[in-house]
Amino acid sequence: MSILKNVTIGQYYPGDSVVHRLDPRTKLVLSFAFIIVLFLVNGFLPYLWLAALVMVVAQIARVPLKIMLRGLSPLKFIIALTFLLHLFTTRGGTVLWQLGFLRIESNGLAQGAFLAFRLILLVVATSLLTLTTSPIALTDGLERILSPGARFGLPAHELAMMMTIALRFIPTLIEEADKIMRAQLARGADFESGGLIKRAKSLLPLLVPLFVSAFRRADELAMAMEARAYRGGKHRTRLKVLKYTAKDFWAYFLAALAFGIAYFLGRWV
Amino acid sequence: MSAIIRMEGVSFSYNSDDPQQTQALQGVSLSIEPGEFVAIVGRNGSGKSTLAKHINAILTPTSGEVWVDGISTKDTDSVFAIRQIAGMVFQNPDNQIVATIVEEDVAFGPENLGIPSDEIRRRIDEALSLVRMSDYALHPPHLLSGGQKQRVAIAGVLAMHPKILILDESTAMLDPLGRQEVMETALRLNRERGMTVVLITHHMDEAVRAERVIVLDRGRVVLDGSTREVFSQVDLLRQLGLDVPQVTSLAQLLREQGLNLQPDVLTVGEMVEQLCQLL
Amino acid sequence: MSITIRNLSSVYNPGTPFEVRALDNINLSIGEGEFVGLIGPTGSGKSTLVQHFNGLIRPSQGEVVVDGRSLTDKATDLREVRQRVGLVFQYPEHQLFEETVFADVAFGPKNQGVPEAELKERVNEALTLVGLDPSAICDRSPFELSGGQMRRVAIAGILAMRPKVLVLDEPTAGLDPQGRDELLDQLQQLHSRAGMTVILVSHSMEDIARVATRLVVLHRGQIVADGSPRQVFTQAKMLMDVGLGVPQVTELMLALREKGYPVPEVALTVEEACAIILGLHRGGEGQ
Repeated sequence: MSILKNVTIGQYYPGDSVVHRLDPRTKLVLSFAFIIVLFLVNGFLPYLWLAALVMVVAQIARVPLKIMLRGLSPLKFIIALTFLLHLFTTRGGTVLWQLGFLRIESNGLAQGAFLAFRLILLVVATSLLTLTTSPIALTDGLERILSPGARFGLPAHELAMMMTIALRFIPTLIEEADKIMRAQLARGADFESGGLIKRAKSLLPLLVPLFVSAFRRADELAMAMEARAYRGGKHRTRLKVLKYTAKDFWAYFLAALAFGIAYFLGRWV
Repeated sequence: MSAIIRMEGVSFSYNSDDPQQTQALQGVSLSIEPGEFVAIVGRNGSGKSTLAKHINAILTPTSGEVWVDGISTKDTDSVFAIRQIAGMVFQNPDNQIVATIVEEDVAFGPENLGIPSDEIRRRIDEALSLVRMSDYALHPPHLLSGGQKQRVAIAGVLAMHPKILILDESTAMLDPLGRQEVMETALRLNRERGMTVVLITHHMDEAVRAERVIVLDRGRVVLDGSTREVFSQVDLLRQLGLDVPQVTSLAQLLREQGLNLQPDVLTVGEMVEQLCQLL
Repeated sequence: MSITIRNLSSVYNPGTPFEVRALDNINLSIGEGEFVGLIGPTGSGKSTLVQHFNGLIRPSQGEVVVDGRSLTDKATDLREVRQRVGLVFQYPEHQLFEETVFADVAFGPKNQGVPEAELKERVNEALTLVGLDPSAICDRSPFELSGGQMRRVAIAGILAMRPKVLVLDEPTAGLDPQGRDELLDQLQQLHSRAGMTVILVSHSMEDIARVATRLVVLHRGQIVADGSPRQVFTQAKMLMDVGLGVPQVTELMLALREKGYPVPEVALTVEEACAIILGLHRGGEGQ
């Protein structure tokens, strides 16, 4: 039994809300539109409006704020860095604080805060997408959205299949890595001490077997897929057919309205 | 001709450019009737897995020919028809499950066959209930036990409505409980649904439950007969590096000591019965 | 060299909904020169227990003492313990990684700090112990060997560390009958000739009956039986209940006893069963 077995992959937060039940294509398109709007409009007021929008959707989806914000923690340094960089380098407005060559001007504070705000909204909105859409639905949606591109050589089905298989095998490979690591520890391997180069080298006994195993698995999986009559995306049907329903049209309509208001607030207020 | 699988003079080598390379199969001829439960046994490297992969056109013979339900595997246009007729479950349960949810995985085969989605739904429900895994339809496969994963793999094959189920060492990596689950499932499909089952294994206690056993050695068929006929050849099987059930070899030892026992004892129950008449 | 385990419990993911009690108050003492068969259904805690023998898993509660030193003691050098207690994982061939068989087998002793000059001797010795010819195989890539050979090279990689105790988790899984018999014979020789303490985890009652001098049965993290194979296999019903079995010949002896035949003791091997039945036969004629 592995400790890692219970780690859930992706950050899907299961639920049965309207947001969860929206067609994945709707959520993908609207999330993308949200990002575009985020870059099109400027100003604190429209951003506050967009932040309120995200909060309302999260409320409807019944995703706790704590879980929403969890997506931010790996990026907190980048957000902080963005803020500080603009804080100290953007010039203009009144001087707020000065120490030696370090100087903060009011435009810098505004710009730093604004860009950090943008990043936070970006991350929170996309994590709202992954929190309310299962990886399978996400892959299906992506495949369907990209499928018109297949005519121009875009491998939509292949990309989706790759994503599915990656999701399927991540837990298996994590478990395997754990097992190989223990096996090498039992042979006296040392993964911790030494300098950078020594440490990198000490990973070989873990990485080589892991790669060998991944290739073996890929080989066997390919054969198993072939045995089940897999021949790419052509002629393939799906168990779950994506279908737009009334709620998707409402979602598009309301989002268009909300984005319009954001644009208006940025432009004329 | 009613055979569902027919092989005639099948030879195969993995590297045909290298004449030094010994052939994995050498002139194998056999035929299997619909509804049979056949075990193919042999030590590692005897060619039993290679043989299995010829039945669903994963491999095609270097020379000779294989017919599945009357279709030659040489006919490249019929490859997918053959794979639908002859479904195969492999050794490693982890490396044949494609999807992240059990029912999505069972759907994979029918999806490839271009079956409409409401029909796929029906087939999933039917296949999962046949392998007694209906309760796990929405589970992620990596949290299942080995035996459960193999039953999902069997369901994935059943959803394609095959006539033949090939188990290519599908029990080799399982614990006794998992092996039992898979064996019971295969036996039930054979008895209740008339499914032709080809079981590749080196566990003799599994082969004993088949009605016919084919023994391969170095790419050739060395024994082919009813399970009792084959297992009464204790010495030959040993020479070929195979096991016989403990009671079968006990019967042989006792016969050598002059006890009047049948040579084809396969189970403890049969042995007890025979001994009760003697002692 | 002994292993003593006192009140050992092991809990995964404590305090979460995924909490699993893998081991529950285990007390076990394994002496020098024993050949212990460790059996139990999947999920009974066998793999967790064996990883406590060399400190790969730290106990949640209780204590593991190897050769007089407690593994919970911070001063104990776990790498040294891992050299004394060699652990062969399931499918050990999956851990091979070096370019040559020699380098792979030498990996363990090298980590121990064995000098270059001595490595060759260690590798040759270990490969010979598992029935491989060092001169023929040392320079080959481990990845071009057969499955059975890879398995043995991996076991040699542990033996080259010259452990006092050898723990093997399902070493015969996936081998054909011949490969399995050869491996079991070699383990028996390591035990009888080299005097090594061997702990064998297996699902095969036939294998265990053939080689072990003592059987420990785990079920749901607890030891439910501990004794000689003969004693333990007499409890056929209990073994069946926990999802295990007994060898066919043992089952036969118990069935005959049930029918009222005076079976003196349960047989563990075909030869023993033969002798017992011949005895019964003669006895029957005498009456």
